[in-house]
Amino acid sequence: MSALDELYQQVIIEHNRKPRNFRVIENATYVAEGFNPICGDHFHIYIVVGDDGCIEDVAFDGKGCAISKASASMMTQALIGKSEIEARQLFAEFNSLAKGDLDPDKDDNTLGKLAVFSGIWKFPARVKCAVLAWHTATSALDEVDIVSTE
Amino acid sequence: MSTTIEQMNRVSFDADRIRADFPAATRTVHDGRRLVYLDNAATTLKPRVVVDALAEHMLLGASNVHRGLHYLSERATEAYEAARDSVCDFIHAAAREEIVFTNGTTAAINLVAHSFGSLLGEGDEIVVSQMEHHSNIVPWQLLCERRGCVLRVAPIDKNGELILDAYRDMLSDRTRLVSMVYVSNSLGTVNPIEEIIAGAHAVGAKVLVDAAQAVATRAIDVQALDCDFLAFSAHKLFGPTGVGVLYGKQVHLEAMPPFLGGGDMIASVRFEKTEYNRLPYKFEAGTGNIGGVIALKPAIDYVSAIGFDAIQAHEQDLLTYATDVLRGHEGLRLIGTAREKAAIVSFLVGEVHAHDVGSILDQEGVAIRAGHHCTQPVMEFFEVPATARASFSIYNTREDVDALSLAVRKVEELFE
Repeated sequence: MSALDELYQQVIIEHNRKPRNFRVIENATYVAEGFNPICGDHFHIYIVVGDDGCIEDVAFDGKGCAISKASASMMTQALIGKSEIEARQLFAEFNSLAKGDLDPDKDDNTLGKLAVFSGIWKFPARVKCAVLAWHTATSALDEVDIVSTE
Repeated sequence: MSTTIEQMNRVSFDADRIRADFPAATRTVHDGRRLVYLDNAATTLKPRVVVDALAEHMLLGASNVHRGLHYLSERATEAYEAARDSVCDFIHAAAREEIVFTNGTTAAINLVAHSFGSLLGEGDEIVVSQMEHHSNIVPWQLLCERRGCVLRVAPIDKNGELILDAYRDMLSDRTRLVSMVYVSNSLGTVNPIEEIIAGAHAVGAKVLVDAAQAVATRAIDVQALDCDFLAFSAHKLFGPTGVGVLYGKQVHLEAMPPFLGGGDMIASVRFEKTEYNRLPYKFEAGTGNIGGVIALKPAIDYVSAIGFDAIQAHEQDLLTYATDVLRGHEGLRLIGTAREKAAIVSFLVGEVHAHDVGSILDQEGVAIRAGHHCTQPVMEFFEVPATARASFSIYNTREDVDALSLAVRKVEELFE
């Protein structure tokens, strides 16, 4: 597979074309805004946390390139049903994957379908596109921390 | 008839021979793909003569200027000042005192914003256009915050042309400075700079011309233009990064206070009273990019030897060809369709984000810029987050346009 085909895998193209959970959640537990000033990528991430502390619903809206949009779309699917700890673990794994520090075929991971981003590290300028939604979601969860300590 | 002249120009212009002078233009990328370098509006490639001059200074000279009494310092000073004379001739300045070396266009504009700007006050107006680079917006916004001046923005139309009437209506006896781009880096628009300058002078305002993008594409005669200031960078003129030029009419530079204080810009320093150096050194505090300045001269010599008539004919041919070829792509949208343009083509491929276009083209060996090109107000005006931009130079050919077109086809296939 060429580097390009590895970057723009069918799954990514497809999620870009038809992003999942691409909507606004009114009254979300947490809303965070992610912005990449160099690219102009701009997303809002909406997270609903249930009484049991698990993520019940995640959605996003905004504008971005195929990589950032597909990543956001797949992230929403991956986060639903996860606990906060599991979500953070997944973010850490995804971050390592995007930077080329984690090989999904060799290293232990819970990435599942997200492994489709394993070729992104070969495109250093695009790593930030792939992790934008994840950083945004984490900053929303950090707000949870701040709120819970008060 | 025009076809015949175009064909003659194409035959007489030997882009392949020029290409051979630029080692980067003949290199490969991504495991053996021929590099098609179409990011010339960001920076041009460097010919060997420029790199040789820089290397020679670093390896055999490396001395500071204007102070040492030894052999190497004298040689460095000679070469440094010869570059100033070269710039003076190149832009047809009246005197070498009017040529100030800075570290780039941005620094040159900031120098004017600080020094000339310190003479402005509450309610004084500065006029820019909607197509300015951020470097010709932010320094004026900062000045407005410092001095209570007002920044006014002359609008553009859907083709990316300045609306001259709206610009003229904006001018008044409150206008102190018009700072405008000659050639737009994101749209390619060539502004009617003579009319812009005449309009400003009619109300007694001074004019700064941002010639960063213009300098490698057309002959510049600051006396014929009658501009008050003009700024450009060496690195968009086949020279090194970190070197820029501020041209200013001597009468203005004399009246302006120094910008940066330090060594070289002084005649004498006492705690009671410091006397400033004469022009242009008053504005050249500290040790500059000596090797870079020295290497600007061979860059100027290089383009001068080709001549701007030939360069313009070649680049206009590429612009026309690229515009036609890209228009042949269904769903491709050109951003910037001014009647007079430099060889810069901004475009969008269907709904595909410019960064995806950039990455795919790069894998095909085609280097373009994708983004807002430091002109966010332009992107906002056209309601796009970013564009892909191909910009052409003397070593580019129609084959490069064809390679661009093939790579765009790849984008279309991938995202169809």
